[in-house]
Amino acid sequence: MQIPYEVEARPDTGLYNAKLGIWLFLASEVMLFGGLFSAYIFLRIGAEPGLWPHQILELGPAFANTMVLIISSVTMVMGWASAKLGEYKKFKIFTGITVLCALAFVGIKSYEYHGDFNRYGVILADKTQVTGELVKDKTNDRQITLIPDAKQSTELGREYLKKQGEGAEKSGEEQELAFDRKDVVWFSNFVPSYSTFFSVYFTMTGLHALHVIGGAVVIFYLWGPGSRMYFTDRKHFVNRLEVAGLFWHFVELVWIFLFPVLYLL
Amino acid sequence: MNANVEKALETHGEGHHEHGHDHHELSFWRKYVFSTDHKMIGIQYGITALLFLLFGFSLMGLMRWQLAYPDTTIPFFGKILTAVLGEHMAPKGVMSADLYNSFGAMHGTIMVFLGIVPLGFAAFGNFVMPLQVGAPDMAFPRLNMASYWSYLAGGIVMLISFVVPGGAAKSGWTSYPPLAGIADVGPNIHIIFNGQTLWIIGMVLLISSSLLGSVNVIATVVQLRAKGMTWMRLPFFVWAQFVTAFLLLLAFPPLEAAGVMQLMDRVAGTSFFMPSGLVVNGQGWHGSGGGSPLLWQHLFWFLGHPEVYVMILPGLGIVAEVLANNARKPLWGYRSMVWAVLVLGFLSFLVWAHHMYLTGMDTKVSAFFQTTTIIISVPSVIILTCLIISLYGGSIRFNTPMLFAIAFLPMFGIGGLTGIPLAFNATDVPLHDTYYIIGHFHYVVAPGTLFALFAGVYFWYPKATGRMMSEFWGHVHFWPTFILMNCIFMPMFLQGFAGVHRRWYSGGIVNGDALFEVTQHVLHWNTFMSWASWLLAVAQIPFILNFFLAWKYGHKSGDNPWHATTLDWQTPTPPPHGNFTVQPEVYRGPYEYSVPGYPEDYLPQDKKLDQKEAK
Repeated sequence: MQIPYEVEARPDTGLYNAKLGIWLFLASEVMLFGGLFSAYIFLRIGAEPGLWPHQILELGPAFANTMVLIISSVTMVMGWASAKLGEYKKFKIFTGITVLCALAFVGIKSYEYHGDFNRYGVILADKTQVTGELVKDKTNDRQITLIPDAKQSTELGREYLKKQGEGAEKSGEEQELAFDRKDVVWFSNFVPSYSTFFSVYFTMTGLHALHVIGGAVVIFYLWGPGSRMYFTDRKHFVNRLEVAGLFWHFVELVWIFLFPVLYLL
Repeated sequence: MNANVEKALETHGEGHHEHGHDHHELSFWRKYVFSTDHKMIGIQYGITALLFLLFGFSLMGLMRWQLAYPDTTIPFFGKILTAVLGEHMAPKGVMSADLYNSFGAMHGTIMVFLGIVPLGFAAFGNFVMPLQVGAPDMAFPRLNMASYWSYLAGGIVMLISFVVPGGAAKSGWTSYPPLAGIADVGPNIHIIFNGQTLWIIGMVLLISSSLLGSVNVIATVVQLRAKGMTWMRLPFFVWAQFVTAFLLLLAFPPLEAAGVMQLMDRVAGTSFFMPSGLVVNGQGWHGSGGGSPLLWQHLFWFLGHPEVYVMILPGLGIVAEVLANNARKPLWGYRSMVWAVLVLGFLSFLVWAHHMYLTGMDTKVSAFFQTTTIIISVPSVIILTCLIISLYGGSIRFNTPMLFAIAFLPMFGIGGLTGIPLAFNATDVPLHDTYYIIGHFHYVVAPGTLFALFAGVYFWYPKATGRMMSEFWGHVHFWPTFILMNCIFMPMFLQGFAGVHRRWYSGGIVNGDALFEVTQHVLHWNTFMSWASWLLAVAQIPFILNFFLAWKYGHKSGDNPWHATTLDWQTPTPPPHGNFTVQPEVYRGPYEYSVPGYPEDYLPQDKKLDQKEAK
């Protein structure tokens, strides 16, 4: 038994089955990320004034990741086109680059997460938030000591730092700030439970990273063991590449939305 | 198998018995367990879903003891509960409040997500829909198998949650935070293996399953329709499945997003749904706060309302097939029914907040949702009216499927009409969370959808097995079920009007007195409804026996016992792998019954007429 239109397009719809399938799947993915983005909007609108951070995350790695994904999208198309034109070697090179880009993305993302886990913040009873590097030997069960970041991400944090700076003598050393544990309502490194912003950030980028890994596995399979089909049933194989590519572009598109929303706004 | 070889085989086999050439006996495991054949998957779905329906129903049977005879030992089953779930959940065979909450939440979850939807959408959609469009199988057979196994895994996770420390989820089938966020947390409770977290994990598996299923159904309808099967020649059942699939595809993912967020709240300590300043047991809740419980409600009901149509549409589709077939008439207003079902599907995305009138929403917002809610009743009424008018002037055969299908009409009508007061927030506010709501949606789902599904089981049983279910035992099943369903759900309206709350453990009675005096005069119905529900359980025994015994001992049915016109009946019985012996070609609409001048009273869709007959 052969399922019709597995490889050839059905004349009246102009689609082969898998292409329709992936578009439907992507529609549901849009709704999945749509749910998360609307959660972001909902939580941000409902956040207490002055508490939602602006540009608390480092821009460098995220910008690099954006570039990496854009390049990988281009090479994905090139790989598909090469396979379609019958240029096997070029297909191997381009698709290989796509997989490497995916790995690079996951690597950079992990580095970024690692950096986040090493930054700390305190939130005081009046919702003032100060972030910075933890001074471990001056932090105990009575006080918390931070070297505050020069650029604070909230209005209240900037004001607090300014006030502290006016009182203190300017010295060559980096300024250290000690907080009494009694005044502090929240203290931790940047983990999902730190604040609603970081909840959103880790959940969305984490889910996106899982998509990147999933896509990379599929593309790697098509680059490696799956590419045997190129010689036995090329049309089918090119279709598979196209479907994988559609998914890959979607994953990239999600990042194009995530980047400004989480890093710039 | 290599695709080229397959193609070669196909060319070779052309004009012959099409599937004959790659027909090698499949092993038992591939044929019955890890099957990729849509018919076997449909049967797997059907039997699993029926078992879950029975299980979910029996949970309610136990809860009804607590409602009728509060705080007394449950006879016989009490001991089992104590033995399985432990002394703190069912002390001395008495249902504890935690157990009552947990059974209530799981009754809803199991009936909706593991019973009705898998039976209506997955079982009938899988078994019947590809046959009706003239396809050899679903578009993606392996995804189809994955869909079933993901569903089963989700079901097993839900079942496991009953026996973990703390018991199954107990925050209602809606799992509203912050209640659900702080439930099942404690010193002896595992961070993953606890009721609420397992509920979320189970839901994520079920959502994945329905995603695979819905992609498959849409792709099959769009891509695999037989030659000549134009859109307006599709049986109404296929249209219903098609729209249902779109609802599942687009409405479920936001709940998946919400599920991931609640999982993060429970496991990673985030505060997506946990507000600032939350106090639990007199102590401040430890978390960053800043989350929004309302956000969960929006995401949940964005699925939750389309889910209502996911349950009802396959039922409407089945009823349309059974009615047309047994009234021996074309469906009246087929085209308006098709457009109505499309409009219904679209509008179902715009009404979700009518579940949330009590959240203090702005009057402008509530005006919008009241309007859309009332508008959505228009297409529903169009469909129901068309079905009723279809009966007019027919020579009706009152067989078991037809009894269930006809009973569906007034039952679903009651369910729909009692919903109108709930659409307006002025009347919804006093009725919200009372037994009135319970009565309303149970009329839609239990004697409504469930009757349609029973009709479907009796109707397509001969196609699946080659044997008829007993008509006599079918009638014995139908009449008590019909009467008892009304005995259970009709008094709920009375209780609801009096203000009996849906979640009162012990049925509104504390130490022999009514918790609230205004409800005193309706509480005696508790006993009546409970006895009706236990008798309803007894009334299902003929069905269960009929279902399994007819498999072996039923009358042989032949290929088309109901003299039906659609393609599903123009195949051998049971249909072989690949379904059709010759590639079907369709010449006419789906309901050509009693065509004037044609010698038989039905004219199948794929019957080619010669010149003389065509005149």
